[in-house]
Amino acid sequence: MDCYTANWNPLGDSAFYRKYELYSMDWDLKEELRDCLVAAAPYGGPIALLRNPWRKEKAASVRPVLDIYSASGMPLASLLEVLQNRVLDARIFHTEFGSGVAILTGAHRFTLSANVGDLKLRRMPEVPGLQSAPSCWTVLCQDRVAHILLAVGPDLYLLDHAACSAVTPPGLAPGVSSFLQMAVSFTYRHLALFTDTGYIWMGTASLKEKLCEFNCNIRAPPKQMVWCSRPRSKERAVVVAWERRLMVVGDAPESIQYKQLTIQVLLDRLVLRRLYPLAIQICEYLRLPEVQGVSRILAHWACYKVQQKDVSDEDVARAINQKLGDTPGVSYSDIAARAYGCGRTELAIKLLEYEPRSGEQVPLLLKMKRSKLALSKAIESGDTDLVFTVLLHLKNELNRGDFFMTLRNQPMALSLYRQFCKHQELETLKDLYNQDDNHQELGSFHIRASYAAEERIEGRVAALQTAADAFYKAKNEFAAKATEDQMRLLRLQRRLEDELGGQFLDLSLHDTVTTLILGGHNKRAEQLARDFRIPDKRLWWLKLTALADLEDWEELEKFSKSKKSPIGYLPFVEICMKQHNKYEAKKYASRVGPEQKVKALLLVGDVAQAADVAIEHRNEAELSLVLSHCTGATDGATADKIQRARAQAQKK
Amino acid sequence: MAAHLSYGRVNLNVLREAVRRELREFLDKCAGSKAIVWDEYLTGPFGLIAQYSLLKEHEVEKMFTLKGNRLPAADVKNIIFFVRPRLELMDIIAENVLSEDRRGPTRDFHILFVPRRSLLCEQRLKDLGVLGSFIHREEYSLDLIPFDGDLLSMESEGAFKECYLEGDQTSLYHAAKGLMTLQALYGTIPQIFGKGECARQVANMMIRMKREFTGSQNSIFPVFDNLLLLDRNVDLLTPLATQLTYEGLIDEIYGIQNSYVKLPPEKFAPKKQGDGGKDLPTEAKKLQLNSAEELYAEIRDKNFNAVGSVLSKKAKIISAAFEERHNAKTVGEIKQFVSQLPHMQAARGSLANRTSIAELIKDVTTSEDFFDKLTVEQEFMSGIDTDKVNNYIEDCIAQKHSLIKVLRLVCLQSVCNSGLKQKVLDYYKREILQTYGYEHILTLHNLEKAGLLKPQTGGRNNYPTIRKTLRLWMDDVNEQNPTDISYVYSGYAPLSVRLAQLLSRPGWRSIEEVLRILPGPHFEERQPLPTGLQKKRQPGENRVTLIFFLGGVTFAEIAALRFLSQLEDGGTEYVIATTKLMNGTSWIEALMEKPF
Repeated sequence: MDCYTANWNPLGDSAFYRKYELYSMDWDLKEELRDCLVAAAPYGGPIALLRNPWRKEKAASVRPVLDIYSASGMPLASLLEVLQNRVLDARIFHTEFGSGVAILTGAHRFTLSANVGDLKLRRMPEVPGLQSAPSCWTVLCQDRVAHILLAVGPDLYLLDHAACSAVTPPGLAPGVSSFLQMAVSFTYRHLALFTDTGYIWMGTASLKEKLCEFNCNIRAPPKQMVWCSRPRSKERAVVVAWERRLMVVGDAPESIQYKQLTIQVLLDRLVLRRLYPLAIQICEYLRLPEVQGVSRILAHWACYKVQQKDVSDEDVARAINQKLGDTPGVSYSDIAARAYGCGRTELAIKLLEYEPRSGEQVPLLLKMKRSKLALSKAIESGDTDLVFTVLLHLKNELNRGDFFMTLRNQPMALSLYRQFCKHQELETLKDLYNQDDNHQELGSFHIRASYAAEERIEGRVAALQTAADAFYKAKNEFAAKATEDQMRLLRLQRRLEDELGGQFLDLSLHDTVTTLILGGHNKRAEQLARDFRIPDKRLWWLKLTALADLEDWEELEKFSKSKKSPIGYLPFVEICMKQHNKYEAKKYASRVGPEQKVKALLLVGDVAQAADVAIEHRNEAELSLVLSHCTGATDGATADKIQRARAQAQKK
Repeated sequence: MAAHLSYGRVNLNVLREAVRRELREFLDKCAGSKAIVWDEYLTGPFGLIAQYSLLKEHEVEKMFTLKGNRLPAADVKNIIFFVRPRLELMDIIAENVLSEDRRGPTRDFHILFVPRRSLLCEQRLKDLGVLGSFIHREEYSLDLIPFDGDLLSMESEGAFKECYLEGDQTSLYHAAKGLMTLQALYGTIPQIFGKGECARQVANMMIRMKREFTGSQNSIFPVFDNLLLLDRNVDLLTPLATQLTYEGLIDEIYGIQNSYVKLPPEKFAPKKQGDGGKDLPTEAKKLQLNSAEELYAEIRDKNFNAVGSVLSKKAKIISAAFEERHNAKTVGEIKQFVSQLPHMQAARGSLANRTSIAELIKDVTTSEDFFDKLTVEQEFMSGIDTDKVNNYIEDCIAQKHSLIKVLRLVCLQSVCNSGLKQKVLDYYKREILQTYGYEHILTLHNLEKAGLLKPQTGGRNNYPTIRKTLRLWMDDVNEQNPTDISYVYSGYAPLSVRLAQLLSRPGWRSIEEVLRILPGPHFEERQPLPTGLQKKRQPGENRVTLIFFLGGVTFAEIAALRFLSQLEDGGTEYVIATTKLMNGTSWIEALMEKPF
């Protein structure tokens, strides 16, 4: 057991301490520390060092240099210019507005600036009867206002902007003739006073409450007195130091405060010094959001990691992924770009595998000439613009055969490229269909070409022939036959134009026949209809419409009697009425079959007869139809007749 | 402010304001006077986001339509191109920039890509040597445009064709992006349901995009409880049928574009005494159609047969209100009457417009042909005689009725019969080619590719099973006081909306068999929420479902969903999103190919 406790020394009755070197300072100081002005940032932050400030007066030309070191003595920066002020004494303090400074001038007056950023100095009121420097003083911040607490002999004064007032700490033991030291805690909540009686008073900085007191029986003025706390403990304590003695006096609960130094600054410091694990532990302990905390640190670590050239790509990539995983906010592509920047392309590709954002993956892959990989990544993303971009890269990079093969394995890219070709490179589109033996689409392609690309009739027919062949290959017999019909029609239309004059090309078959009838070429019309096997019903409609358009009533009547109409005779009635020829319409109304008789009679305006037929049919729907056509006085009798028939029907 | 956007359960004004802000920020980046050169297709959708006044406030002094050659003269500092990312538009822009008069004052060029910046287009500009001429090249992610308090559309005309025919998923990617924007504004949607291949892909993209954004935790309390993604090709039937709601019929007959309709002017002639009927307006009457107009909101989703009674009731109320003036005796009473006058006059104007439109529609719906067409449609949808050549369709072809009308009917028959017998299909195709021209073989191919027209394979007709299980045909439909969504088609209940309804209650598990028959996978995904954002629904509080139609939605479907939202014990309220507001006609038209 001895060996464990051997280096612990007693401190007072119940406390022990030991002293051992955590690490040695890296700095190479020529001067003794005692010859320098030293200031250390809180929480193990950097240390500022001003060398030989006192020697300056001798050699005014030499400007003092301010060096900044890390807590372990690594040089961080060196500043030349240092502002000098003639002051007796100064204190730096921290508020939520920033760091302030309080200055004691040679005239024993206090001046205060709440923020060193904008040096607005404020002169504080005079302290009555102050002839020499106070024995000790400090800055207190209460309610966001800085006050100065100073000790003059046995009295304590509190200075604010308006006034100077004497204060007395509650429960202070009597007999004090002078205060030798005072210390305020980091949070400005607590105050410790050291008196010439060797007595330590600890209480709230508001001087309203005493926490504890302690008589240390040492009357010598201490060199230093500061508040401190043990990590993760709520205990507060004051540490008092003399030349050869250190004393910890404590017991006042208070929560740990990190607020003064922002977490981000702390983490930055750690990352800069590559203390990644420590930084991460802090983030986790504080439960910082990942993006601000762990992710950022890991990304820094990874960027450092890819620069370790002695480690293999696999190991680096694996190590990075193991650590980073799916941590949100980590940009694998940034790390990959760093790797690529260090000449480690393979590593960069491996890292990009972990990147979820394709928009980030693809450009870097293209830059590294990994276009095929870029293509599959782009497809995964669903971002078609990205796919197009890669495709155009590939097209320039590969020979045509390879490019097509690549497309063949990527259906989505292939469809997109087809779309592109449809608008930009028609010939390529044909090649694509050819490669895939897509005869159906090839057929359609040539159909389009027969309209768009070809002017001469021979060219058009040839294109259609190619289309028909393709449709046969596609086993689409219907399309092939239809295309052959179209070729036949085209040739025929051409002949008609030659022989009859007028415009026939690009009319539909139906319209061609109609045009022939309208031109009085009934024989040719009949022939065409037979050749193309136009169904009887449609041919009847066609002729009926054409003859009515011509108002060739004689021919129409002849036609109607040529054989029994396959479409009935109501269409005849309708079309005559459309041409406002009631006389002709009536001829056909009588031939309309019983089912449509009422309708036909109504069309020609024979309401009375329509009523008779409807009554005969005993058809309620027909009856109401007729009734709705009965207007005013003229049809009054008919309407009555229908009502009577209805009533009778109901009786039955 | 667009007040009608904030009436619904979800305040879509938030989205509108967000996109307006984005637009202002871009305009302010280009300091000084500006001229905008428009990709013409964008002007309609932009009108719903920002009127000219907003542009003017940001120093937009001139507006041009994008076309070739030299830009019109304009004494402005900035020329901004507002374009969709299309290569052919880049060529025009380059032409504009290259023919800029170098002797004149220099003008700064900028491009705003809507909805997304495109590397492909920028490469094209680079190849044409003008990329460096643009100071700002930015994107304006106007994916989903708020049309009404419960309605969003991407107004992407080609979306259906691109997705289902050409294998181009660009619009799906934009849809996913739009959904991410919505989630950024309205919170993460905890549950995603979907049916169909495209739905699956959009969900995959969303999940992927979410992973890309991990870290930036969305801390907005979710407004939507779930998202239902539906492929249009799961329900090819509904858009083919003629919509029978008031708004649906306006769209069917006159076509609604970006919430505006152009109507024949005669019915809207101002009735002035002594006018003698001269000076009839010749320009089409343009009317905006949205719920900002109280009366329109009331009747838009009703079956057209129920609109007349509402209008006449309204007319009585309004004239009674005007009669009140005779009762106003004291100064106070007169004052009160006068204060209500503007509102009453607006109501009277609105009523007059609505009545005129109703009359226009009635002229069509009472025609014999409309009746015949409807009869055939309803026979098909209820499963009567779907497997043989239909007389009415034959007659339509013979009389050369509009090709789109014929195609709609043939496709409807094919869909209602799970494909046509080869002989029947070939007969129709041959008739169409002979009558309308052989070039339409390309259109027919497109319809076949889309599955709208197909030969029956395996000889099995699945439609009756689907119809019965999903109760797509209701014989006892009440048009006046509907009790079921089937009122929007006077008997047919839109399949898509039925799927939504069944998902909400009792759940899709009850219709597994039918879901397997319908094309594409059905799925469910969960997006976990941090505990603080999980919703505790109050008893009786409705769920909010965002339903996204990939490939388009009709006004009748929207009406059916609104009907479900308003049901007292419905349990679900719907917000509707789509790639395009469409009807059977605009749909078929987009699939047609005219080689000359």
